Amino acid sequence: MRLKKNIATSDEGFIFNPGTGDSFSTNEIGTEIISLLKENKPQEIIIETICAKYDVDQNQFEKDLDDYLSQLKDYTILE
Amino acid sequence: MGKIRYERPIIQRMNTGFMNKFGTRTEFEPVTNIEGVSVKSLINQYGSPLFVISEKQIRRNYQNATRIFKTRYPKIQFAWSYKTNYMNAVCQVFHQEGAWAEVVSGFEYEKALGNRVPGNKIIFNGPDKTDEQLIAAARNNSLIHIDHYDELYSLIRLSEENNLRPRVAVRVNMDTGIYPKWDRFGFNFENGQAWNAITRIINSENLELVGLHCHIGTFMLSPLAYATATSKLCELTWSIKEKFNKTLQYLDLGGGFPSMNTLKGAYLPGSDTVPSIDQFADAITDVILGYGFKQGDLPLLILESGRALIDDAGYLLGTVIATKRLSDGRRATILDFGVNTLFTSFWYDHKVSPVESFGKHTEEMVLYGPLCMNIDIVRESITMPLLEKGNHLVVHKVGAYNMSQWMQFITLRPNIVLIDNENNTHVIRKAETLEYLELNEQVPEHLKQNSLK
Repeated sequence: MRLKKNIATSDEGFIFNPGTGDSFSTNEIGTEIISLLKENKPQEIIIETICAKYDVDQNQFEKDLDDYLSQLKDYTILE
Repeated sequence: MGKIRYERPIIQRMNTGFMNKFGTRTEFEPVTNIEGVSVKSLINQYGSPLFVISEKQIRRNYQNATRIFKTRYPKIQFAWSYKTNYMNAVCQVFHQEGAWAEVVSGFEYEKALGNRVPGNKIIFNGPDKTDEQLIAAARNNSLIHIDHYDELYSLIRLSEENNLRPRVAVRVNMDTGIYPKWDRFGFNFENGQAWNAITRIINSENLELVGLHCHIGTFMLSPLAYATATSKLCELTWSIKEKFNKTLQYLDLGGGFPSMNTLKGAYLPGSDTVPSIDQFADAITDVILGYGFKQGDLPLLILESGRALIDDAGYLLGTVIATKRLSDGRRATILDFGVNTLFTSFWYDHKVSPVESFGKHTEEMVLYGPLCMNIDIVRESITMPLLEKGNHLVVHKVGAYNMSQWMQFITLRPNIVLIDNENNTHVIRKAETLEYLELNEQVPEHLKQNSLK
């Protein structure tokens, strides 16, 4: 699960897909996930990193991450 | 160092080319209390979902509407529309403020008597009145509003048989320039039916015609329609005086004033489009005062407003059961109340507020109820903060019709709590239990057992 190479991102949560011309905005946690995906971090590391930093139960975050990643796939942001 | 507050990840496509010139709100003010009482404490104490009614707001609404009409016209009387909300506590707030009772069934009539409303201050409307109910209303000197010829002739017969002389009014329907035209209640003005009924009553020795009534529609957005209706009732009143030398005591313009809710399909919110009560008062009173009645002949103006006086005094508190994503990518939020509890979600796009604080991000979502039914949709599309299981919500302006039209279907109906003038809370209708629900059920002896193990 990797971010497509041509996807442009910003630290403020702006995402641009030059392949489709679509722009997206994401929130703070979304930006962090995108940045971890860019570094090719596996899903377990993403979960570990976010749960260490934010006040969230691991099961809750796994559910939310699944949902978020499925949206990234729908928007053809992931490879 | 503590952990940072969590908000689930969200991504939204940025659309161009379909700008809404009014924009959408991206920040939501949480509603943490109602009349100074914490929403969370209400839910902790009385459960979720929960209807909450503000006594203060009812009184404010009533006093405001009365002031608006009384500053324009000398003889005003409000009659509380029982069907809008017939919780006894709610009815009593209105009666304490001076409202009569307006009822549309025998059951509501008995409720009004139970609330110690004097018989002569009960208006009996509706198309379904049994002989027994008509006799009781006549004996109590109530105002009987006659809906159709069958009722008129029944009442004449009953009055003769029982030596009664009930006070009656004719319900008149008419073209007020609105669509759909409400012509199912009473006798038609344009085709002469109303005049025929009036003539028949005046010629009867057993009925006393004391007023005229109309109910031109519901959630009326046109004050002009009331001006037209008032003019037609004044025309009948004038003709009765000229032809029979009889002065009517009152004109009853019925109900129908809207609340500030937003009707489904409306482009702008109700708060921007709904006329104020002042505009309706102007439309009605200008016509009566300008019609030429002598000062002593000015009729009492009765109003049967329901929704406009109670809607914004009612709140529904609820809880998020789950969130999920639909096949087309939309967010779905499932709540612990649905169309069974919030019946008016069939008509309105209710304003819904979060109780907790959220970040600036929002998303569009569907709000579903808990019923295993496809129709159970509270809001088809609403922009809300990133809700999660366990979050609480407040639905606004639910005081009218929900607590009388709600359905006991799939789930049990919840507590209703009244917040009084001193901000004390009182349960005014207890949440239903299985025992209560099965109270009137009877199982035949041969069906009391089965062989399942």
